[in-house]
Amino acid sequence: MKQSVLDLQNKINDVLGGRVVSSNIALDELTIELKPDDAIDAFTMLRDDLGFEQLIDLCGIDYLDFGQANWETMKAANTGFSRGVFDFAVEEDEEAKNQERRFAVVYHLLSIQNNIRLRVKVFPESTQLPTVDSVIQIWSCANWFEREAFDLFGILFNNHPDLRRILTDYGFVGHPLRKDFPLTGHVEMRYDAEKGRVVYEPVSIENRVNVPRVIREDASPKV
Amino acid sequence: MPEIRNYTLNFGPQHPSAHGVLRLVLELDGETIVRADPHIGLLHRGTEKLAEFKPYNQSIGYMDRLDYVSMMANEHAYVMAIEKMLDLEVPERAQYIRVMFDEITRILNHLMWLGAHALDIGAMTVFLYAFREREDLMDCYEAVSGARMHATYYRPGGVYRDLPETMAKYSESKWHSGKKLDKLNETREGSLLDFIEAFTERFPGYVDEYETLLTDNRIWKQRTVDIGIVSPERALQLGFTGPMLRGSGIEWDLRKKQPYEVYDKLDFDIPVGSTGDTYDRYLVRVAEMRESNKIIKQCVKWLKENPGPVIADDHKVTPPSREDAKSNMEALIHHFKLFTEGYTIPTNEAYSAVEHPKGEFGIYMVSDGANKPYRMKVRAPGFAHLASLEEMTKGHMIADVVSIIGTQDIVFGEVDR
Repeated sequence: MKQSVLDLQNKINDVLGGRVVSSNIALDELTIELKPDDAIDAFTMLRDDLGFEQLIDLCGIDYLDFGQANWETMKAANTGFSRGVFDFAVEEDEEAKNQERRFAVVYHLLSIQNNIRLRVKVFPESTQLPTVDSVIQIWSCANWFEREAFDLFGILFNNHPDLRRILTDYGFVGHPLRKDFPLTGHVEMRYDAEKGRVVYEPVSIENRVNVPRVIREDASPKV
Repeated sequence: MPEIRNYTLNFGPQHPSAHGVLRLVLELDGETIVRADPHIGLLHRGTEKLAEFKPYNQSIGYMDRLDYVSMMANEHAYVMAIEKMLDLEVPERAQYIRVMFDEITRILNHLMWLGAHALDIGAMTVFLYAFREREDLMDCYEAVSGARMHATYYRPGGVYRDLPETMAKYSESKWHSGKKLDKLNETREGSLLDFIEAFTERFPGYVDEYETLLTDNRIWKQRTVDIGIVSPERALQLGFTGPMLRGSGIEWDLRKKQPYEVYDKLDFDIPVGSTGDTYDRYLVRVAEMRESNKIIKQCVKWLKENPGPVIADDHKVTPPSREDAKSNMEALIHHFKLFTEGYTIPTNEAYSAVEHPKGEFGIYMVSDGANKPYRMKVRAPGFAHLASLEEMTKGHMIADVVSIIGTQDIVFGEVDR
């Protein structure tokens, strides 16, 4: 484990104190978790006192299906995996969708003066209406990154001046990178010659899984 | 007295100097930009969502299609993230090959940028010159991967195969024959490395040609000097990386500061600008091409002297040789499992970044132990750069918007993902 990362961990614990919910080091990368309430204070300190002058990346993540596989491999079964069209969409499980800590906002910070990186995670309190405070005041480039996280995950950012969709189509419905959003989407588009305009219709293709999602703890490569 | 109103102009999405599909809503006061609102996403293909539904190796090809003028650099960040999570050792020869191709890619990207940037602001010749050299470099891509652009050459654990011993030649046709044909094939007699070496010999002369056309050109200077100035403080705030950050005078290059592969063994310099205007960023990128050429030269020398394996020997991740797969039962099983199901990555997360021609290109990968990524986020440098377009263009004339889009080196494949 790199000494510089350990030093950073200690320094962050000193400076931020109780604001750090958890901190761990994996693959020489330090990840800390902050509470949504005082994340802004902590980010300001990270920038001003610890020299993280750049926000490299900000993205959302949806932990709804974390650790779920399509195909059970730990015990023997008398059926194989069908490669045909198979609907994997789990039944509308409202309880799971409202699970706590479903969404997270992940910040990747870079300190140019100290040449070190840091990953910060903030889990919004509500899953229905996931909301965190915007960091635009701290790093200007957060503007588009937050718009993207809003667009793809439906995470709201307080005090964002212009929280519009950014990557998806004008008039798009839904948040495509959420795990309960199907890969095929909900609508397809074509030109209707009779109406003389482009029309949107429900998708006609079915979700298809060619390679099942498999979790094999026993078969991970030698590490 | 008539009412004076600001004029709103829709620029793009199919404007030739919008570098792809940028729709820009400009609010103008006369000819001065008051507000610029880029609308992006017209090339959004959902790469991140698609990657969640594919075994790890099947997404390498999608990486090429992100920034489609620096293909292998994108692949590099992706395979590095996988290697980091698997703790996979890459043979040294593969590291040199990757560095060499990263730098070839950098030259490819900068040539494309230089040609298009110059064409946008009125210098057509540079474009033709730049494409002459791009042709040779794309032949190098083709020699190793079979594809001129979307190579899919890098693999977790190394590269797909070793460099070829022969270089493809032009054959007799009604366009090429006689002396002209001999001249075209002059440097193609030996191996790929010989061809690349010959290229590195003549390339500095070509860069001189571009500089003759532009560096002291009065019109070029009028269009670029003091256009789109970004102070170092603002460059940091706006998330700039790569030549955009170095143009503002901050010496930051991942190849030097957080070296990956064999960059710490190579000798090269980081060009840095001083004023942070479009002209400085031009000088930085041109100097970078010369530095890349230096790196390629060193790699060619090393690669000629040191044969060896180019991909890791762990057949859980890399395919066994064809010969083995036909005679050895275990190799056959490995081959079958790898190409049907792929490999699984232990639950973890990693961020890996490379110094991409445009800036810092990063992959944030989250695995839950499955054979597909749980989440894969592409950190595209162009996204942060384009976000600053409003700040950079405000107060400039409408014609300068084109210079500023050019200097940001925007490619929509990576911005929209």
